[in-house]
Amino acid sequence: MRKQKQKPTEKFTAKTPGVLKVNEKDARLVMAHMYVAFLALFLGGAAGLLQVLVRSGLFELPAPFGYYQILTIHGVLLALIFTTFFIMGFQAASVSRTSGALSTKQRIIGWIGFWMMTIGTIMASIMILTNQASVLYTFYAPLQAHWIFYLGLALVVVGSWIDSLGHCLRWEQWRKEHPHQTSPLMSYMAVCNSLLWFVATLGVAIEVVFFLLPWSLGFIERVNVLLTRTLFWYFGHALVYFWLLPAYMIWYCVIPKIIGGKIFSDGLARLSFIMFVLFSIPVGLHHQLTEPGIDSFSKYIQVVLTMMVVIPSLITAFSMLATFEMRGRELGAKGLFGWLRKLPWKDARFFAPFVGMLAFVPGGAGGIINASFQMNQVVHNTIWVTGHFHLTLATTVILTLFGASYWLIPHLTGRTFTSSLNVLGIIQTVCWAIGMAIMSFGMHFEGLTGAPRRSTFSDYGGAEIAKTWASYQLAEAVGGTFLFIGIVLFLYISVKLIWFAPKGEQDFPIAEVAPQAERTPPILENFKVWIVVLTALILIAYTFPIYSIIENSPLGSKGFKLW
Amino acid sequence: MHLHKYERYWLIFGGASLVIFLLITGIMAFHYGSHPPSAKKTINYEQVEQIAPFNKPGVHKVSGKDWDYEVVLVASAFYYNPPELKVPVGSKVKFIITSKDVVHGFEITGTNVNMMAEPGYISEYTTTVDKAGDYLIVCSEYCGVGHAQMHSMLRVVDSK
Repeated sequence: MRKQKQKPTEKFTAKTPGVLKVNEKDARLVMAHMYVAFLALFLGGAAGLLQVLVRSGLFELPAPFGYYQILTIHGVLLALIFTTFFIMGFQAASVSRTSGALSTKQRIIGWIGFWMMTIGTIMASIMILTNQASVLYTFYAPLQAHWIFYLGLALVVVGSWIDSLGHCLRWEQWRKEHPHQTSPLMSYMAVCNSLLWFVATLGVAIEVVFFLLPWSLGFIERVNVLLTRTLFWYFGHALVYFWLLPAYMIWYCVIPKIIGGKIFSDGLARLSFIMFVLFSIPVGLHHQLTEPGIDSFSKYIQVVLTMMVVIPSLITAFSMLATFEMRGRELGAKGLFGWLRKLPWKDARFFAPFVGMLAFVPGGAGGIINASFQMNQVVHNTIWVTGHFHLTLATTVILTLFGASYWLIPHLTGRTFTSSLNVLGIIQTVCWAIGMAIMSFGMHFEGLTGAPRRSTFSDYGGAEIAKTWASYQLAEAVGGTFLFIGIVLFLYISVKLIWFAPKGEQDFPIAEVAPQAERTPPILENFKVWIVVLTALILIAYTFPIYSIIENSPLGSKGFKLW
Repeated sequence: MHLHKYERYWLIFGGASLVIFLLITGIMAFHYGSHPPSAKKTINYEQVEQIAPFNKPGVHKVSGKDWDYEVVLVASAFYYNPPELKVPVGSKVKFIITSKDVVHGFEITGTNVNMMAEPGYISEYTTTVDKAGDYLIVCSEYCGVGHAQMHSMLRVVDSK
């Protein structure tokens, strides 16, 4: 590859005066995470392309691979591996940038976490590739994968605990060094996300370590299927907030700086994060609304708790638009919506996350439908749901992370995001938006007529309705192809930013809080209080259903291998 | 912590919509009895065929109950027993299903009959079939290599 000739423009490399840079040794730790994340993105994306092509009915997979094996690769690599590695790396960078370099001990903790996660990933991947774990990323019992698959996933989870422990320790150290001060917002947010992750992954860790692992090893003969599913979803919904909060970190702390504005309110940002932490975990039953064995009242309680996230979501939407409008007016915008024209549309670092924000409008609305108690029956396990989380995770979160990579990677590798790479970044975003519009809306409409998710192509015995599904699936294949091109484009930009872009200093943008913003109430930083509240909410939501599942448990299930 | 005036309006509007929404959902559930399928009966999944009502899968007319028909159905890899269902239009039908092996789905497309079939548990849902026609039934939970071939048909026919 040739070296980029273009000189970096002023705009993309403008420096924030007097701020910290991510420490060099920390940068290596972060980049190690990114390499694994990007490799997972490529392989998982390729698996996604194969899926849409197969489900269009026009293609068949080459001999050794099965549709559900490819689907497992897609889900595990993108939903679990890409996200966890990227987020752990991103959090380390954020903490190092805003609280200061990690101590040697904290960095070693980070490396231990990284290697545990990597070894776990390799173990799980080998089992999937050798077709011993085609159980999808939710690995519902009584389908039984090879024990190495479960052990690998357990290592990924434990590794991520160790990894994020380092981030929390660095924040704690800052607090000790700066008594009676409000901690750096971005570090605080990383700690919130780590707390959410610790508490949420307890569910899946118990599921794997106490049930699935000994069961697949033959130490126990049977498992309670409903209990393992409930433990999974205790984790499973919080998982989506674990993906979302890093995107919100970027929206709250970085985007205002990129557009030249200020953070609307530090206190509100923290309040919304605390609310996300509180209302992300005691809500998992809304994934199990159509399941037997769980009483309707417990389900309703968790639906109510689920809907509470409307409040921090509205706070976030308001803060973002307020930041945009304040900045636009500062630049002389007139009229009700004139400020929209003042936003830096040609800057991929802004444009990609902004398109992500837009996708969250239909994404969030769809989410409310999914969790709507009775209405869930219309869409449960249909491809509508797949369409939904490809808007929220695979557009809102991913485009924000892509947009962040455009400054984070060169910041860490000592290179610059050139204007020609910026143009590619804009094209990448447009490509993604087009592909996702086609694929996701196709999935939504197809799902409304009942087409199931997680199914290979089938004509369902020639049923009339299945013929309409086939035409939607053709459209989804077109959309999915755009998305794969988007992934290749993104990876091309990343390779440039890692090894080939011109050397220089790329800013890690962090905005300041607006002068008129209110003082942040200290209670928001008192995690002891929030851990107590969180525990109470979890006990309220889960004590009765878990007790009743155990008390009412039927003969447990032996393992099945039906793939 | 003070909120900006507009933000206060915005959050009051959002909060009020939320309360109204949850009230409607709650009233639908606890006053009109519209709940998602949440039966709590259990069964030995290894002996489903010997245990009533699953010893006689099929469509059964019943009397003296709140519903007119019972559809008793066993899901297993990769088919439903019985393979096809026929009920007269306008009748109130209770679907009673379970699984003999792994987790399956039971989704009647174009309707809101959609529930999980899990080994060890009996799933139930009662509804009135008020429109004649053929409704494809699909397994909506991944159950193995034959998952997409696992389907059935509900025929809602004019009663004579």
